[in-house]
Amino acid sequence: MKRFAQLLELLALTPSRTRKLTALTQYFREVPDPDRGYALAVLTGALTFRNVKPALLKETVLREVDETLFAMSYDYVGDLGETIALIWPHHGAEGDLPSLTDLIELFNTTSKSDLPKLIAALLTQAGINERWALVKLATGALRIGVSARLAKTALSEMSGVDVQEIEEVWHGLKVPYLDLFAWLDGKAPRPDIDQSARFHPLMLSNPIDEEKDLGKLDPRDFAAEWKWDGIRVQLVLGGGTVSLFSRTGDDIAPAFPDIVDNVHGRAVLDGELLVGKDFEPGSFNDLQQRLNKKVASAKHLKESPAFIRVYDMLFDGREDIRTLDWTARRARLEAWFAANPQTRLDLSEVLPFADWDDLARQRRQGADEHGHEGVMIKLRTSPYVPGRPKGYWFKWKRDPNVVDAVLMYAQRGHGKRSSFYSDYTFGVWKGNEIVPVGKAYFGFTDEELKLLDKWIRANTLQAFGPVREVRKELVFEVAFDSAQESTRHKSGVALRFPRISRIRWDKPASEAATLEDMMVFVGST
Amino acid sequence: MASQILDRDLHIRAIDAFIDPNVPRERAIITHGHADHARSGHGAVLATPDTIAIMKVRYGEDCAGRFEPLDFGVPLKIEDVTITLYPAGHILGSAQVLVEQAGQRVVVTGDYKRLRDRTAQPYEPVACDLMVTEATFGLPVFQHPHPSVEIGRLLKSVADQPERAHLIGCYALGKAQRVIALLRDAGWDQPIYLHGAMLRLCALYEELGVSLGDLRPALDVPKAQLAGQIVVAPPSAIRDRWSRRFPDPVVCQASGWMSVKQRARQALVELPLVISDHCDWGELQQTIRETGAETVWVTHGREDALVYWCRTQGLQAEPLNIQGFEDDGGEGAGE
Repeated sequence: MKRFAQLLELLALTPSRTRKLTALTQYFREVPDPDRGYALAVLTGALTFRNVKPALLKETVLREVDETLFAMSYDYVGDLGETIALIWPHHGAEGDLPSLTDLIELFNTTSKSDLPKLIAALLTQAGINERWALVKLATGALRIGVSARLAKTALSEMSGVDVQEIEEVWHGLKVPYLDLFAWLDGKAPRPDIDQSARFHPLMLSNPIDEEKDLGKLDPRDFAAEWKWDGIRVQLVLGGGTVSLFSRTGDDIAPAFPDIVDNVHGRAVLDGELLVGKDFEPGSFNDLQQRLNKKVASAKHLKESPAFIRVYDMLFDGREDIRTLDWTARRARLEAWFAANPQTRLDLSEVLPFADWDDLARQRRQGADEHGHEGVMIKLRTSPYVPGRPKGYWFKWKRDPNVVDAVLMYAQRGHGKRSSFYSDYTFGVWKGNEIVPVGKAYFGFTDEELKLLDKWIRANTLQAFGPVREVRKELVFEVAFDSAQESTRHKSGVALRFPRISRIRWDKPASEAATLEDMMVFVGST
Repeated sequence: MASQILDRDLHIRAIDAFIDPNVPRERAIITHGHADHARSGHGAVLATPDTIAIMKVRYGEDCAGRFEPLDFGVPLKIEDVTITLYPAGHILGSAQVLVEQAGQRVVVTGDYKRLRDRTAQPYEPVACDLMVTEATFGLPVFQHPHPSVEIGRLLKSVADQPERAHLIGCYALGKAQRVIALLRDAGWDQPIYLHGAMLRLCALYEELGVSLGDLRPALDVPKAQLAGQIVVAPPSAIRDRWSRRFPDPVVCQASGWMSVKQRARQALVELPLVISDHCDWGELQQTIRETGAETVWVTHGREDALVYWCRTQGLQAEPLNIQGFEDDGGEGAGE
C-alpha cells in the first residue's frame, strides 16, 4: 500500500503531465500482479465496494470525533476524504498496511457490521500519507487530476501497444486485468472479448464555431439532426442479453425495465434516452426523476415511460460496422428498424436543409417552437470513432438565453477551489425583493475568481456554515438553455444549464431582471 | 474580574496601551515582528530587544516614536499594572504578554508554538485567569508532523532528483531561518541560496546569535550550478518569473497549511512541507489546559472551532473577531 500511496501523492501534486505519465509507467512496470491491476482499477474508477462508502467512513470517524468539529473541519478542507484522513485522532505504530490487493479483499469480504472496526484499525495503523490514500481508495473520489485516458496512455507507453487498441478491449475486461497485463507484457494473445455484447466508447461531437467553421464546411457533405435534450445512451442487444449503458459505460438497465424488456433484435445502438408518452419527449426534469431512482417505480413507469431515439449503429447483428461511413451506417440502421419492429425505440429524423442559413433558421425555429437544444451536424463520410475526433460531428446549440441576475449567496467550492467562494445563488426582482432563480458554479478566469472571492468576503451580511449571504449589489449576466416552471423554487422558475457568462461590475442591482422578464422564457419552451 | 483589565481590541485600560494594534497608537506592546502584529507609526513601542531589532530592520530605525526594550521575565510596573514578557517560541524575540492587575492575571499569547526550535526562545507556559490565544491552526484536522520528518522528505527528494533545484517558499521572517536551521541540523552543509528578500533578516538572525551556515544570494549564480541545490524564497517568488532562473525547479512550500493536499495542489506546490511555527490542534488544547485559564478569548484564525471546544470543556470562551485578521489560510496574513 505504501507504494500505491506514494504514487497517488505524486500524481496529485505533480503538475507536469509528462512526469505523471513517467510515474504511472514505472509503477505498472515494477509492481507485480494483481496489485498493479487493482491500482489501475482505482485510477480508472472501475472499482466500487458494496459496503465501503463515504457515509460509512464518516460514521466511523464520528464515533471518535465531535460532530460539530468534524463539520467545521469539512467546511474548511472542502474534501470529505481528506478531512477524514487529517482528522483521525489515533496514531499507532505506523506499521505497514496490507497490500492493495489484500485491502480490497478485506473491504469486499468483511461483514457490514465489522467494517467500522476494520476501517478504524487501518486508519490508526496508517502513516499520514497512507491514511490519505486509504480514504481515497475507500471513498472512490480520487480527485488527483488523473484521467482514465492517462492511465491507459501509461499502459501504452509501458508496452508499446497503441492506446486505441487498449481502448478497444477495455470495456470487456475484468479487474484486476490479468489478461490485459499478460497481453501487454507479450506473454499472452490479445484478450478475446465478444465485441458485439459489450460497451463501446462513444463518439462525441465538438461545438461548432459559427464564424470560424461554417464558412469552411460544405453543407452538402453533412447530415443534420435535432439535438435531443435527454441523456446519451448505448443500447447493447446481445442476443439474449440487453444492456443499457450511460455515456461513461455505467449500466443503467435496472432503472429502465420498460425499455430493456421490450426491445428486439441484435445490435449495438447509439441514441438519446428520453421520457414521454407516444414518443413525445417530456421535460428533462421528468427524466431526471427516473434517473435518480436505481429501480423504477410503478408510478414512474406509467407516467413517464422511457424510450430511445436512435441515431447511430455500431454493430449490425454481430458485425462491427464502425468503419463504415455515416451514410452506410444510417442505411443499415433504417433497414434494421424495418426488420425489427420496436415499441420503445424510434429513429431520430434527418433534417433536410438547403444551406447553413436555412439550417440556422430551422435551429432557431426548433428552439422557439419546440424547445430543441440545437442541431447536430455529422459528416456523411465519417466512420464511428470513439472519443472526440475533430471534423466529424458538430453540435450547434441554440443561442443561450441571457438574464441579468443579482448575487444572493455564495458557497465555498470543493477540491481545488475549496478556499474560494465559487458557487453562487442568484436571483431576480419580485416587487421589492430578490428571489432566487438558480445556482451556478464559477466560470471565469482565476483572476476574476479572486476578485469575486474578495468582493464576497467584503460584502458578507451573514454566514451560515459554508454559505455566505451577501449584499444584493453585484450583477451577474447568467446564460441558460431554458426556463421551466418549478414548484421547488420560491420564484416559481427554474433555469436549465445556468452558467455565469459575465460579472457586471458596472451594472447596478436595480437594473437586474424581474420575474416578469423571466416568464417570457418559460413561455417559449 | 480579569476581563475588566483588557478590552476586546486588546486595549489595556488602566495604562491605555494596545497589544499588537493594527492602527497607529500612542502606546503599543508588540508580541513579535510579523507584519500582522508589528506595524509602523506607533508612539511608544514596548517589546523584546530582538523584536525591536527586527522592526527596525523591516520598517526603519524611526518606525516608532520611541522604543522601550523589555527582557523576558522582567516585570515592568506601570501604575497598578505589571507587564511581563514570556517567550512564545514562535520566532526570534516573540513574546507572550502577561498583564497583572489587582491579583488577576491576563495572558495574550501572540503567535506561539510548543515545539523546540533553536531560532526562537522556547515557549514557557504562563498560568493565568484570562487567556487570549491565537487559533491559526484551530481545527482538529491540523496535526503537525515532526519537522524532522518533513526535512527528511525534502532531503530525499533532493537526493532523488539531483538535476533539479528545490525552491522552498517560506516567509522571510522566522520560517526561512527555521527551515535553514532545520536543514543544518539534519546535516545539509552545502550553501543555501537566498532570494534577495531573505538576506537582511538572515543576517540579523546571525547577528543575534542564530547560526545559519553558508548562505549566498541566488542572484547571478549560473543556472547549471543550482542543480541539486536548495533555494529559499518568499512564496510569491517561487511561482513567479524569478523562478525561471533555476533548473526545472521543484516548488516546495513550508507551512502548516500544507497538510491539506488539495491546498497544496491549488497552490501548485509539488512538495508540500508541513512545517509550522504555530501550535497544532492538540498543542492548543494542551496549552489552554496548562494555563488553568477559566476564560479564553480566541483570535487569529479558526476561532469558532476552538471556542466551541473550550465551551465543551466548561470554559468561558469567546471569539474576538479582531478586524484585519479575517483570513482563510491565505498566504498574506498569519505569518
